[in-house]
Amino acid sequence: MGAPAGDRWLHKRQVNEVRNISISTTSNNIDFAGSTSKADSTARKVTREAVIEKLLMISAGISILSIILITVFIFARGIPLVTQVGLSNFLFNLTWNPANKIYGIGAMFIGSLGVTLVALSWAVPLGLAAALFIAEIAPSAVGSLLSRFVELLAGIPSVVYGFFGLIVVVPFIRETFGGNGLSVLAGGIILGIMVIPTIINISRDSIMAVPMDYKVNSLALGATHYQTIFHVIMPAARSGIITAIVLGMGRAIGETMAVVMVTGNAVIVPGSILEPVRTMTSNIVLEMGYASGDHQAALFATGMVLFVFIVILNLLVNMVIKGAKKDGLS
Amino acid sequence: MTSLNKNKVKIKSQDVEVFYNKFQALYEINMDVEENRVTALIGPSGCGKSTFLRTLNRLNELIPGTEVKGQVFLDGQPIYSRDVDVVALRKKVGMVFQKPSVFPMSIYDNVAYGPRIHGIKNKYDLDSIVHNSLQAANLWDEVSDRLHSPAARLSGGQQQRLVIARVLAVNPEVILMDEPASALDPISTSRLEALIAELKESYTIVIVTHNMQQAARVSDYTGFFLNGYLVEFNRTDELFVNPRDKRTEDYITGRFG
Repeated sequence: MGAPAGDRWLHKRQVNEVRNISISTTSNNIDFAGSTSKADSTARKVTREAVIEKLLMISAGISILSIILITVFIFARGIPLVTQVGLSNFLFNLTWNPANKIYGIGAMFIGSLGVTLVALSWAVPLGLAAALFIAEIAPSAVGSLLSRFVELLAGIPSVVYGFFGLIVVVPFIRETFGGNGLSVLAGGIILGIMVIPTIINISRDSIMAVPMDYKVNSLALGATHYQTIFHVIMPAARSGIITAIVLGMGRAIGETMAVVMVTGNAVIVPGSILEPVRTMTSNIVLEMGYASGDHQAALFATGMVLFVFIVILNLLVNMVIKGAKKDGLS
Repeated sequence: MTSLNKNKVKIKSQDVEVFYNKFQALYEINMDVEENRVTALIGPSGCGKSTFLRTLNRLNELIPGTEVKGQVFLDGQPIYSRDVDVVALRKKVGMVFQKPSVFPMSIYDNVAYGPRIHGIKNKYDLDSIVHNSLQAANLWDEVSDRLHSPAARLSGGQQQRLVIARVLAVNPEVILMDEPASALDPISTSRLEALIAELKESYTIVIVTHNMQQAARVSDYTGFFLNGYLVEFNRTDELFVNPRDKRTEDYITGRFG
């Protein structure tokens, strides 16, 4: 989209320059006026280039600056409270009672992990199987059609997933397993659906990136298609598959809206997956409206924990990719 | 030149024709490949020699739209027939490709891949297969101290010998080689040629090569392909010294190709 717009813009500029020249030629000495105008336009071109360069630099600067500012802000508000409460107390204390100034996110930490694990426990195998099917087994037309659907799935707003969960999944759990339905399980089901596109897309791409040579060599050794998939293609795509899982995990931990709608949000350590739970993200969104002072700082500290978590996951991904490169993979 | 006794026919190609959709790549190829001999297939690019090689282990089937007519017999048994187990066929007829393609795993695991796929789990058995295969591929001495490091760290020539060891580990009877030296430096190439000479004691080898000197050096029989036809097939010493067909003569004297 950028290129045609740029072409049009260039074209417009050239037309303008031509017009400038022709105007000056009619009004003045031909050679002299023509050459000044040309020199003029070259100079203008140079300044314009410089301006564009600066604009791009500023845009890049603003995006980086906003990340830095948000980070600094979160940490500036979060760290004092964490030092006041104590890091381990803040992380592992299971009681969250802002009215009595008790700030422990242990239950919600466990909640986030619990919901994420339930989601990954079924989304990873399903997503991987789907990616394998698209990349290795389905005819290419079917594969690309499925890929389109997966992209569509990724584009649905999270509130819609949440709504679906509330109207369909929660009553289903209530009627099938008992309890009130708002539960870890409901969160895990909805989050799993939301994470599947990430897992499918990234692992499919990494499976497709495995050199055809590996496959041909394996088949030529008398391996079957499935042996080739499980013993050569999957191991070769390992780093991409791990990346897919870790990024899926990051998405699951960071997701808020849909989770708030289906998990019940009670600050307890759930005894089973049928009990309600509150995640760290839910905690922020549920209480930010009325929190102030230390309470608000505690919410920022929760955000800080999430932030660190996501950074660790991203570092993990980088390490996996680097390790794979060192082993001569991908 | 009469030292070349007639050996048993290992592979018999009978009126083989290959089509890629509408395009006919091979016309009526008839060839007898003798056991424990090296048979070289030469000819210009696109003449069908690699296609023919791949009909011998049914690898052409991987390309959609490929159709093979005629028949290939391995030890007298047809390989193009409904009840043929392609896996068993490819186990018997191993293949080495132009570009050495080692799997992204350790040297040991690369060699053990085939045996494991075919059900050998015993560590002691695997160890001895890996050892013997690497030894037979003249690679053991260079890698014996780092069997568990990634195979990708080997040089190109070592990788090609590792690929050969991987093929030998499956205990094939025939080894197909598709321009195995084209990605190698001259030293690696001469090592590979020496290896081929050793391997023919135990295996039947069919090798596609662009390099006519190589064909002349390593092979007992040579087939010259042109535009999908097998123009001439004869003992290598005969074919290079005394070609019967004008086109063969033109090709081996470098007038085209």
